[in-house]
Amino acid sequence: MTDLLFGLNWPQLAAALMLASTPILLAALGELVVERAGVLNLGVEGMMILGAVAGFAAGVETGAPLWGFLAAALAGAGLALLFGVLTQLLLANQVAAGLALTLFGLGLSALVGQGYQGIKPPPLARLEVPLLSEIPVLGPVLFRHDPVVYLSLLLVLATALFLARTRAGLILRAVGEDAAAAHALGYRVVRIRLLAIAWGGALAGLGGAHLSLVRVPQWTEGMTAGAGWIALALVVFAGWRSGRLLLGAYLFGGITVLQLNLQAAGIAVPVELLSMSPYLVTILVLVIMSSGRARAALAAPADLGRPFHAAA
Amino acid sequence: MIRLEKRAEPSRAWQVAAPVVAVGLTMLAGAAMFAALGKDPAAAIRTIFWDPLFSPQFAAYSRPQLLVKAAPLILIAIGLSFGFRAGIWNIGAEGQYLMGALAGGAVGLAFYPAGGAHIFPLMVLAGALGGWLWAMIPAVLKVRFATSEILVSLLLVYVAQQIVAAAAVGWLRNPEGGGFPGSRNLARYPAASNPELLPGTGVHWGVVAAALAVPLAWVLLLRHVAGFRVRLTGAAPRAARFAGVRPGAMTFACLSVSGALAGLAGLFELAGPAGQISIDFGSGYGFTAIIVAFLGRLHPFGILLAGLLMALTYIGGELAQFMLGIPKAAIQAFQGMLLFFLLGVDVLTNWRVRLRRRREAR
Repeated sequence: MTDLLFGLNWPQLAAALMLASTPILLAALGELVVERAGVLNLGVEGMMILGAVAGFAAGVETGAPLWGFLAAALAGAGLALLFGVLTQLLLANQVAAGLALTLFGLGLSALVGQGYQGIKPPPLARLEVPLLSEIPVLGPVLFRHDPVVYLSLLLVLATALFLARTRAGLILRAVGEDAAAAHALGYRVVRIRLLAIAWGGALAGLGGAHLSLVRVPQWTEGMTAGAGWIALALVVFAGWRSGRLLLGAYLFGGITVLQLNLQAAGIAVPVELLSMSPYLVTILVLVIMSSGRARAALAAPADLGRPFHAAA
Repeated sequence: MIRLEKRAEPSRAWQVAAPVVAVGLTMLAGAAMFAALGKDPAAAIRTIFWDPLFSPQFAAYSRPQLLVKAAPLILIAIGLSFGFRAGIWNIGAEGQYLMGALAGGAVGLAFYPAGGAHIFPLMVLAGALGGWLWAMIPAVLKVRFATSEILVSLLLVYVAQQIVAAAAVGWLRNPEGGGFPGSRNLARYPAASNPELLPGTGVHWGVVAAALAVPLAWVLLLRHVAGFRVRLTGAAPRAARFAGVRPGAMTFACLSVSGALAGLAGLFELAGPAGQISIDFGSGYGFTAIIVAFLGRLHPFGILLAGLLMALTYIGGELAQFMLGIPKAAIQAFQGMLLFFLLGVDVLTNWRVRLRRRREAR
């Protein structure tokens, strides 16, 4: 066992960890903003998988991964807006509408992806940061990734700053904490929530595209395999704060990469047990975070999941 | 300007009409989707909704299939409707379905090749128990640790899939199967099989169970104080607590019902139509049943109709795949659309639409 652990190439694992974490990190970052606005969108899985196929298809057709990512963000946002119209304008139940989004997204993505199975997407060039990438060990781990990995890190920072330091972020949080009060102050609750929902969809779509264009890279039906649900759990784990979200995403990315490598190394643990480990750990972490003293520090948005309708 | 006004009471007319309108709109949107795929939309809709029942060529095969496909959907959806009415969201019925099938199947295979009338009833019991136990995980975590049952039940689906895969290639693999994954075929082991009871109808024990579950659930949910408490918990959790409903007990009860029924559905499917535990035994019934539950308005008789309709889209979808080359995924998207339209049309049940000119603020 110790031989096996020492035999693994740890710097390479660390680099793979960053790559593997990026899809869930992006999706969870989007959902974080949505939930801070008081909306629970359970359709992350559906938006991710639609982003995965839209990004893949656009990337293959144009030959440029950049267009793929753009298409994925648009597709994710478009699907999210469907949820937005249902829950914000037609006042449908958010849990049901989110589930509908996931079920529809899985079906639609399989339909769109018909002709794209077994194709290789155009490669996304790595962005090697000059000088920094030459540092021994740390250089290859931290500074030789594709641009989307850096984008996700930038977005962590941007989200934290937006929520804590900008006026718009304050308004968004007010809408999530007490929609009626925000409405009384003259803020457009429904419009703000729709924008947040679209943003969340765009990021989920980007995450999906990173999965199909960079991480795997190919298109297979149902390839997100619960990543969207793990992203949802991560938002709870992070206590609705983006800094902790990064930690959580890299923790889960680490577990995923480690179990895949242990599978490849032929460790004497059933493959199925390793494959289910990310889900089991997610549940375990959820339990720890939601129980007892940890719960007080969680601070979920007060109006999370509650529909809002301006009566007057 | 269009405005929504809250109705004092949900409109009874729209409660009934909304699913019908949603099905109509889905057919229109589906026709557009099929046309976009380059298929004749009218032919596609007819193949999906008409031919399985009335075409002289296919009806003989398709009609019995209707009950075979509808039974698991109805059983699972009935169970889910209790929780959904109480605001307890078990969306991992697929996992409970798998674990029920695995537990029941394992009991049956343990007796192989013995005969006896006790084997199948024991399997049924084990099936319900397996699904129940799997549903108790989110229940315990919810009650003891306040963990979201939505996320836990869903994540457990992926765990259950891995367990089933491990069983299919490992401890339940058919020793005479030449090393191929998959268990012995229960359908060919008379003491443990769930055969067609009336030839040519598709009726097996799962259909019988579903037929019993519908009126039973109706009494329990709509004519018994237990159901009143379930509905009260969903409509006004605080009021329910004042009325003496303990939220923890309610969570256990609702997840018990849905877990056990999903487990039963899994076992009947395994011992009958599916036959063996294979790596990909799960067929998504647990997820489609969510659509069925909502389309049926969380009402037992509504679920009966919705289950039959959804079964029709499965069978018609297969037929359309075979006859018109419409991909299976299109049917999946079609089923997803149905829930969208239902949720959208449902606005009319609880809200009144008022057209009014915009007035200046005073």
